[in-house]
Amino acid sequence: MSRVKDLALQNVPVILLVVVFLAFAAVDPRFLSGDTITLILRQSAYVGILAVGMTLVLMTAGIDLAVGSLLYLTAVVVGQIVHTVAMPIFAVPILAVLIGAMFGAFNGFAVSVLKIIPFIVTLAMLTAFRGLGYGVSDSREVNYPDAITALGAQSVLGIPLPIAVFALVVLLAHVTVTRTPFGRQLLATGEDRQAAARAGVRVGRIQFAVYVISGALVGLASFIAVIQQFSGTVTPAAGKGIEFDAIAAAVLGGTSLFGGRGSVFPGTVVGTLLIQLVNTGLGFIRVDLYLTQMVQAGIILLAVLIDSLRTGRLEKLRRTVITSGRQDDDPPPKPAAPAQTQEAGR
Amino acid sequence: MTSTPRLELRGISHAFFGMPVNCDISLRVEPGEVLGLVGENGAGKSTLMNIVGGVLTPDEGRMLIDGDPYAPKSTGEARARGIAHVHQELNLFSQLSVIDNVFLTAYPRRWGVFTDRRKARRDTADALAQLELPFSPSTIVEQLSPGHRQMLEIVKGTLGSPGLIILDEPTTSLTSRETHLLFALIERLTAQGTSFIYVSHILDDVKKLSDRIAVMRDSALIDVRAEADLPVRELITLMVGRPLDSLYPDRAGHTPADVQAAPALRLDDVSATGLVHRATLTVDRGEVVGIFGLMGAGRTELARVIAGLDAADSGRIEVAGTDVTRLSPRARIAAGLAFVTEDRRGEGLLMEFPVVANAALPSLARWSGGVLAPLRRRSLRARVQAVTEALRLKATDLTRSPVQALSGGNQQKVVLAKWLLTEPELLILDEPTRGVDVGAQYEVYRTALERADAGTGILVISSELPELLGIADRIVVMRLGRIVAEYPRAQFDARIILGAAFGERPDEVAAGEAASIQIQGGV
Repeated sequence: MSRVKDLALQNVPVILLVVVFLAFAAVDPRFLSGDTITLILRQSAYVGILAVGMTLVLMTAGIDLAVGSLLYLTAVVVGQIVHTVAMPIFAVPILAVLIGAMFGAFNGFAVSVLKIIPFIVTLAMLTAFRGLGYGVSDSREVNYPDAITALGAQSVLGIPLPIAVFALVVLLAHVTVTRTPFGRQLLATGEDRQAAARAGVRVGRIQFAVYVISGALVGLASFIAVIQQFSGTVTPAAGKGIEFDAIAAAVLGGTSLFGGRGSVFPGTVVGTLLIQLVNTGLGFIRVDLYLTQMVQAGIILLAVLIDSLRTGRLEKLRRTVITSGRQDDDPPPKPAAPAQTQEAGR
Repeated sequence: MTSTPRLELRGISHAFFGMPVNCDISLRVEPGEVLGLVGENGAGKSTLMNIVGGVLTPDEGRMLIDGDPYAPKSTGEARARGIAHVHQELNLFSQLSVIDNVFLTAYPRRWGVFTDRRKARRDTADALAQLELPFSPSTIVEQLSPGHRQMLEIVKGTLGSPGLIILDEPTTSLTSRETHLLFALIERLTAQGTSFIYVSHILDDVKKLSDRIAVMRDSALIDVRAEADLPVRELITLMVGRPLDSLYPDRAGHTPADVQAAPALRLDDVSATGLVHRATLTVDRGEVVGIFGLMGAGRTELARVIAGLDAADSGRIEVAGTDVTRLSPRARIAAGLAFVTEDRRGEGLLMEFPVVANAALPSLARWSGGVLAPLRRRSLRARVQAVTEALRLKATDLTRSPVQALSGGNQQKVVLAKWLLTEPELLILDEPTRGVDVGAQYEVYRTALERADAGTGILVISSELPELLGIADRIVVMRLGRIVAEYPRAQFDARIILGAAFGERPDEVAAGEAASIQIQGGV
């Protein structure tokens, strides 16, 4: 029984995802269709890509508040370049990734070399990047050529392009976190930076790299946003506040704001889908727009609350000394048991 | 010896903020030798080992490995030169697996980028098997017991066959069985030519393992002698700088306090699911009660329940006559409870804060008229100074330097001082001497016993049985979360008490295995 409970506690986000989905379906059975699912996935793509980058940053106990502004800045800069320089279409996303990475490197430099705390660095950049974007665009809308915007309707092997790109990013990030030394050192850095340094991890490099990666993913996300959500038009408000969706998605998926704990898959992917599911679902059943935001906030609070309950409970389980089945008052077992006694954690 | 030493130090000196911590130290470690290194906390052992391990760069002096110059700038470089440093405090990442912790910076790779998990798993499993460790390589470290975590640190140290392994207090969390396995491993490795520097406060262990013993005191190397030429008594004299008659202050025994006053602590059939089962216990005023038990017997858990950090499900807890069963930890402190935790870094101290700020924390209200009223800083400081002086605390600046800069023994004194300032009716000490040198141990216990004489009830948890035998009026044995036996001072017998901790019944003890169990520590 308690095993089932623990399993449930371990998988709160997934369960929540299913429950919320079924709840919407209960209100309106038409919600339960392949089209809705594709729509949710499609709209998740760009926030999801941001959230993956955010997850890596959070794992190192950092934070990147500048992703929304950087998304706007990259979209604007790339848009201007596309208008002035002729280039093949496949070069456009690559350009966006490079520009994003370049600005990300700036964050990384400030955090790892100048040793300014990430919150402050990226808070400053949140303003600076948008200001720079206004300058580049003269605060006007930037329009992309139709040839590029049309990519949003393209498919790869039957999968809509935005979804395919998101999936690829998730795959790469997941493999990086779980299967490379870099990924393991990332988590170690986040859990205890000093201990990681003592263990010989080059903490500065890891931190630098993670902001560059986040920046590169923002670049990619800006491209996806342009061909998907923005339909080719970048307004001065584009991407505003999106950093909070990215952070929320990562945290909903179980990534700790204090570093050292988290996963891209299933974690952040589930978190992203949950947020988008709520957005789409509330629109679908025509809930008041103001109420929508309250519900979103409620879901996030609920998930974080359950998460802290879970952490508390798992913590208590680990400290258990009395193993079940010995609760009765029979005489303590024979000395053959010490090995087991010693294993029981404290 | 004419062979080239594995490690040679020539005139190493180092100072922190102008305070010398290592003065002109010259030392050799031969291949295949175990060099014991002893000294009080703050004598400079850890600094010296950090210099050898590449954590610190010495201000002066040179080092040689196998005759070649050695000046590491990082632990990585030291490691590459064959120096493994197993720190006293654990450097483990609790969210990562055992494999990840072992190979964090040295993962075997496939195709240059990916971790070769199969090889890493195999190598880790082999290393774990060497020490007969029963957990799987993919266990998340968080789930390991403190003893197993410490063993894992040692496993990390032995990997890649380094030429010299520094073990700094490696046995503080180990059970005696684990300690034996470690010693056997040290023997095997020295036979293969690996050298060790073994730093420990447990002098019996140092004597047993070492070929030669180096003694440090006040930042200097006092003496290096063959083990056989250094009886324990002389070793202590060298360490402390004066002869120390006994390791523990005299306990004349308490005279039963006047019956009028309520006992300092009364537990009546207290249970907390999974932690404590039906505990009944009384600690009189002025009485010192020791709790003994194996790792994981529920001793700390009981203390936490008494302190209100974990809730009791049933039963009744009284502190100095007040029923505190449903009260918050804060209210229990007000009722006269003080709990010195076993985890002084994690739970006992604000490491970045100076001594005064730490010591004043639970009793701040006494120095101010209200939450927002200004603190009477001068009288607070005078009081802290008085208490810390009584404890012979060594600190450069009570109001400025962070406690982080203090040695382990001095940090422990700060934690104790902090609770003494609250003038408690019941003082719970959980492993108060772990990683604390003999001199400081004496001070900690002397102060605690003085409190007892003044009428405070003391509850001491310790894994060091000789310690409890030395200072307690009564010893209570815990096992699997319950109190299984109780012995007044007149009936103290190490074998019987150990037997009870292992779950034997008194009549079996004589013939049982308890006799063969080595008592760790003490002299």
